[in-house]
Amino acid sequence: MTHPVLEMHQITKRFGSFTAIDDVTLTLGQGEILALLGENGAGKTTLMNILFGHYAAEAGRVRVFGQDLPSGRPRAAIEAGVGMVHQHFALAGNLTVLDNVMLGSESLWRARTARGAARQKLLKIADRFGLPVDPEAKVNRLSVGERQRVEILKALYRDARVLILDEPTAVLARPEAQRLFETLREMATEGLSLIFISHKLPEVMAASDRVAVLRSGQMIAERKTAETSPGELAELMVGRKVTRPVRQDHPIGAPVLIARNLSREDDGETQLQDVSFTVNEGEILGIVGVSGNGQATLSRLLSGLAAPTSGTVMLSGTDIRMLGPRGLIAARAGRVPEDRLTEGVVADLAIWENAILERIRTPAFSRHGFVRRAAARDYADELITRFDIRGATPETRTGQLSGGNMQKLILGRCLSIGPKFILANQPTRGLDEGAIAAVHETLLEARSQGAAILLISEELDEAVALSDHIQAIVKGRLSLPVASAEANAQRLGLMMAGIWEGGDHAA
Amino acid sequence: MRLERRSHVPLHLAFLAPVSAVLVALFLAAGLIAAAGVSPLTAYTELVRGAFGSRLALSEMLTRATPLIFTGLAAAVAFRARLWNIGAEGQFFMGALMTAWVGHSLSLPGPLGMIVLMLIGMAAGAALLAGPAFMRLRFGVDEVVTTLLLNFIVLLFVGLMIEGPLRDPLAFGWPSSVPVDGAYRLPDLIPRTRLHCGFLVALGAAGAVWLVFARTVFGMESRATGLSGSAARFAGISLPGTLMRVALFSGALAGLAGSVEVLGVTAGVTTTMSPGFGYAGIVVAMLAALHPVGVVGSAIFVATIFVGADAMSRATGVPSFIADVIVALCLLTMLVALLFTTHRVRR
Repeated sequence: MTHPVLEMHQITKRFGSFTAIDDVTLTLGQGEILALLGENGAGKTTLMNILFGHYAAEAGRVRVFGQDLPSGRPRAAIEAGVGMVHQHFALAGNLTVLDNVMLGSESLWRARTARGAARQKLLKIADRFGLPVDPEAKVNRLSVGERQRVEILKALYRDARVLILDEPTAVLARPEAQRLFETLREMATEGLSLIFISHKLPEVMAASDRVAVLRSGQMIAERKTAETSPGELAELMVGRKVTRPVRQDHPIGAPVLIARNLSREDDGETQLQDVSFTVNEGEILGIVGVSGNGQATLSRLLSGLAAPTSGTVMLSGTDIRMLGPRGLIAARAGRVPEDRLTEGVVADLAIWENAILERIRTPAFSRHGFVRRAAARDYADELITRFDIRGATPETRTGQLSGGNMQKLILGRCLSIGPKFILANQPTRGLDEGAIAAVHETLLEARSQGAAILLISEELDEAVALSDHIQAIVKGRLSLPVASAEANAQRLGLMMAGIWEGGDHAA
Repeated sequence: MRLERRSHVPLHLAFLAPVSAVLVALFLAAGLIAAAGVSPLTAYTELVRGAFGSRLALSEMLTRATPLIFTGLAAAVAFRARLWNIGAEGQFFMGALMTAWVGHSLSLPGPLGMIVLMLIGMAAGAALLAGPAFMRLRFGVDEVVTTLLLNFIVLLFVGLMIEGPLRDPLAFGWPSSVPVDGAYRLPDLIPRTRLHCGFLVALGAAGAVWLVFARTVFGMESRATGLSGSAARFAGISLPGTLMRVALFSGALAGLAGSVEVLGVTAGVTTTMSPGFGYAGIVVAMLAALHPVGVVGSAIFVATIFVGADAMSRATGVPSFIADVIVALCLLTMLVALLFTTHRVRR
């Protein structure tokens, strides 16, 4: 390694009695891409907050380009040439790209802005690092991938020579992520040094030179990417051997959910067009596709939040188009929403309240308009035990749960109605490896008990591992199903690009 | 320095917040009192004496607290579901006017008549809020604007009615509506004071609101709606249905405030019968952190300030407007205090 551009030496940070970062040492070389790998809560973000002076560490020092950084001064790191691209973008949508890039980098006391010079500088940087951009485009018209590019440019514009990206692919579709990695590589060749924070193994393997694994605030291991394997990294990250469960072939039963020629228009725009599919007893049907191709609408239709403009959906012979959420649950259809926090649970309610919210008007949980609190608490207790929801009592505020445990609550709630059909929309998004395995396990168990499951996923590995059949969704249209045994990455890639044989799946 | 959301609000903070908010507000107002040339300590002593110093003072204070409990509950019910009802003042007057009007010529046995008249007041308040609620749910019209502006329309309407069709011919030219029949006046709680049984109705209402929120399906659904509309909808709760019911509930409580004030205190309606009970109800609800039982305590506090300030003004010469200043300051300091209960400061 050449002389390190960034050194974090024996950093320790405590919050009260809790040690968030324990004696961590980390170095970054010139032109290197380092992946900081760890599960949610391992301390990755805390470590970066110390680097940026948002937190003051109890012990240790930070050196950038051989200079000590004073602790607790956020501007010091930026002035020393370290830039950060956050997971959630901080861009003003109604301003242009150039405005956003310039924002905050100009002196407050100058009467005029030097737009011309700034524009030149931005275009030069964009050209040098292969980040094409239109300086005059309004940010709210850009795609997510383009917005991320603007965030990167913002850091580079402030002369960052070390760039830190926090979970950069969390919001990106696969092709966009691919492009991001190419850009990172190009930036490294141009002499920038990069750290990217992630808990996803495939992208760490694909994009980094070196991996540092953080677990419970401790630096567990460092590996050259070329000399390690996803299996080894997974084990280091989780601290034990985690294997995702594998689908076993078993006989598939009669059709449970039959959708025929579903279409849906919103505000004159076609969201779903002539979509047909069948999910059978004991079968998982995977719907893959780049996000924004109609998955949200399909999910709304099957969650009872919207009705199709035309077409039919039958669940065991019952028309479920107009049932609404509670009617669906009464018809024994379970629903796992895409977003746990905005749809799955009310974060400020207790666990027992979220456990029964969907079924609060059933005799099991209310009588004469009054909530049967004892019954509800017992039920919540049962869910907590049966689905291994950690760190929870029925009274715990639901927002305190980790993502994985919250998802267990939502899945548990779903499964306890003995569902004939389950809609699982992105059930593992944002979860760490251990929680993903638990969710997969639960879904496969429901499958072997005969539930028909529709899995909407952007993760191809997940879709292939769990599904019996796979269909791709592109611009609101659905491909013919393929057996997942016959699906390889190339074929699925083509399907997701809208190229499939035999036209649409028509009834 | 940054604010970080607490994962859990400790119980002692929930009690500490209103207390410290009130102390800071009183401290700030002390500056104004000192500027008026009076020792704040003297002024506050007079204020407390004016509200608690005698049987009469105490009963006056509780009389004043009664409508504040109702309007505070009205605000708490609506705000919990994120329905911003700023129109309790208008609903108060509507409830009062309808009660006086019907109560003037009603012929029912006394106790039954009282109940009917209170129900009429509740219906009037609920009906007044139903319009803005419908416009919000159907067309997305901001209810802060509509409910606030309706207050002025209602007040002018009340003025019109008591100058015209409902004018009391026996009021010697004072603009007042006809009074309710004496048979329906709420009995005194303490003899020879103005404190009436409406205070007990207010306490009952606070208990009932608590029961509804803590124990019923409707209460849980309206809390869920207020905390996260999208998650409530996913769970199959009808947002328009819930919000409309919340609006009727809230409007009814504010209407009941007016009704009870007429039945218990004024008998007739005048445009000056409320020193801003509807608006003060917002402060009462906020000081109680929207908790229905807390509303009783904070209504008593706000009534203390209002009643005590008059006595203080007589004794020291500080203008009684200081009461409005203190109450307004309390709202501001409470908002800050609430921020610190839900968030912690991190360096």
